[in-house]
Amino acid sequence: MAQSPTTLSVEEVARLAALARIDLTTEELEHFAPQLEVILDSVASVSEVARADVPPTSHALPLTNVFRADEVRESLPVEAVLANAPASEDDRFRVPRILGED
Amino acid sequence: MSQAHDILTSSAAGLVAAMEAGTWSCEQITRTHLDQIEALNPHVNSYLAVDAERALATARSIDARRAGGEKLGPLAGVPIAVKDLLCYAGLPTTAGSRILEGWMPPYDSTVVERLVAADLVILGKTNLDEFAMGSSTETSAYGTSRNPWDLDRVPGGSGGGSSSSVAAFMAPLAIGTDTGGSIRQPASVTGTVGVKPTYGGVSRYGIIAMASSLDQAGPCARTVEDAALLHEVIGGHDPRDSTSIDQPLPDVVAAARHGDVAGMRIGVVTELGGEGYAPGVEQRFTEAVALLREAGAEIVEVSCPHFVHAMAAYYLIMPAEVSSNLARFDAMRYGLRVGDDGENSTEDVMRASRGAGFGAEVKRRIMLGTYALSSGYYDAYYGSAQKVRTLIVRDFEAAFEACDVLISPSTPTTAFKIGERIDDPLAMYKADLCTIPSNLAGNASGSFPIGLAPEDGLPVGLQVMAPPMADDRVYRVGAAIERFLEQQWGRSMMAMAPRLEHSLLDDQGGN
Repeated sequence: MAQSPTTLSVEEVARLAALARIDLTTEELEHFAPQLEVILDSVASVSEVARADVPPTSHALPLTNVFRADEVRESLPVEAVLANAPASEDDRFRVPRILGED
Repeated sequence: MSQAHDILTSSAAGLVAAMEAGTWSCEQITRTHLDQIEALNPHVNSYLAVDAERALATARSIDARRAGGEKLGPLAGVPIAVKDLLCYAGLPTTAGSRILEGWMPPYDSTVVERLVAADLVILGKTNLDEFAMGSSTETSAYGTSRNPWDLDRVPGGSGGGSSSSVAAFMAPLAIGTDTGGSIRQPASVTGTVGVKPTYGGVSRYGIIAMASSLDQAGPCARTVEDAALLHEVIGGHDPRDSTSIDQPLPDVVAAARHGDVAGMRIGVVTELGGEGYAPGVEQRFTEAVALLREAGAEIVEVSCPHFVHAMAAYYLIMPAEVSSNLARFDAMRYGLRVGDDGENSTEDVMRASRGAGFGAEVKRRIMLGTYALSSGYYDAYYGSAQKVRTLIVRDFEAAFEACDVLISPSTPTTAFKIGERIDDPLAMYKADLCTIPSNLAGNASGSFPIGLAPEDGLPVGLQVMAPPMADDRVYRVGAAIERFLEQQWGRSMMAMAPRLEHSLLDDQGGN
């Protein structure tokens, strides 16, 4: 894959956008497809450099679990939490219906 | 020189000394900066929000406490600008995005909390590329910030609002964040100082996340000592950030005042130079190396062979983390919601809101990340990039066996023209070529001004990289180069900046 240039069709970009939950116009899809292709092409070299015996690094620091005491602490008041909500009702976030037609 | 000129061009340390001596009050200092913002911000666009009333109230209370004989901290009463990626209750936090337009954070980030506790005066929030994704501020939904050295050029990014506010004397200090170079590259192209602390050195709590394993907040200033003083205020362990380092900070202030490089081993990275680097950038860099050698440092050439793959690894790891972090903007609990007409489902509304709320660069990176993490591509892309990250960490480890610090230009070119790279993502990404390796390895790294490129008269920056938790070495080298160059020039770097029309400065920059 890394050897041959990456190709990315408009349909594939549309699929990515759907996975990422972003509505894109046809214009945007046509604009992004060649750009993403060029970017993916330029990053594909990583698979040639990375030998099997190299361990992956996910984080700059050696991470261990960080626990805190299981104590009740003050949380934000409901009004503060809902103040920025696009819609609220009865001290709760109001959301659109969660099941689609299909 | 007018009083406004003297106040605006003073260092933060100088302002504190003047307040302690009774020369200027904090209210005078704050008001002068607010006046400068009012005069210049319409032309430079550094600030997205100005908090005049609260700033003046804070200033008056600091004056009263100082007058009452209270012993205040080393930066008490100094005005500061904060990048609009950090939560500060009472002002909107937008992250430069439409999707967060008008969002009022219900709490303060740890960095802001520490600024307030140390009695700094927050002037307002500064512009940035949308969600800190960019090298120019051109992806901001609220317009491009301008470079005070040439208003047709970018002030760098993503922290171009912070860099330009400091370079245009609209604040002596600012807070930036750096995921791939967003503090250092803007510092470099505006002739200012910017430091990315060791990953985990400054708390990420309350800072809108871009790529969590790379993001780090840090200081922006016009002098090395000021940057160190600010670093000390905001740094140190925070239990609310699980990646915060639970160890005392190195003494960065002492290092910035010490500034002696005699006997230090300084490595020049072979891979960060040559083709693609502007001649003036290479010339000033070579001169800086010679200065450090004259000052008694031992200069060695070091090869970090995997650095050439750093950008490729970064543009897989960062978008992967972006695609996951930005999933929280789902139009349900906060942020923009469109298409909620009673018919559309949650998912329809989510898609429409994200489509309308995110700009082009954010969409590109989310889709790249989605691609890199999708089944069938994960091993070749994201998995391989994580291995390359290991190889880069090993390059650094080997290099730091032979040297105390590594140096390079901060960015390959001087400030580019607004519009020049906006539709060519790869050209834009190359602005971070030199800065990305430090983010991948999580070490300490800063950019310091080293003069103007002869071909265009624009600032050039020197990058200094030190091992994790050796942030003090970054300041030591930065302070040394600052001192030698100021001796040579007979003035500060910012004193060479052109006077902007409408500025309250008398003629040129600093003293």
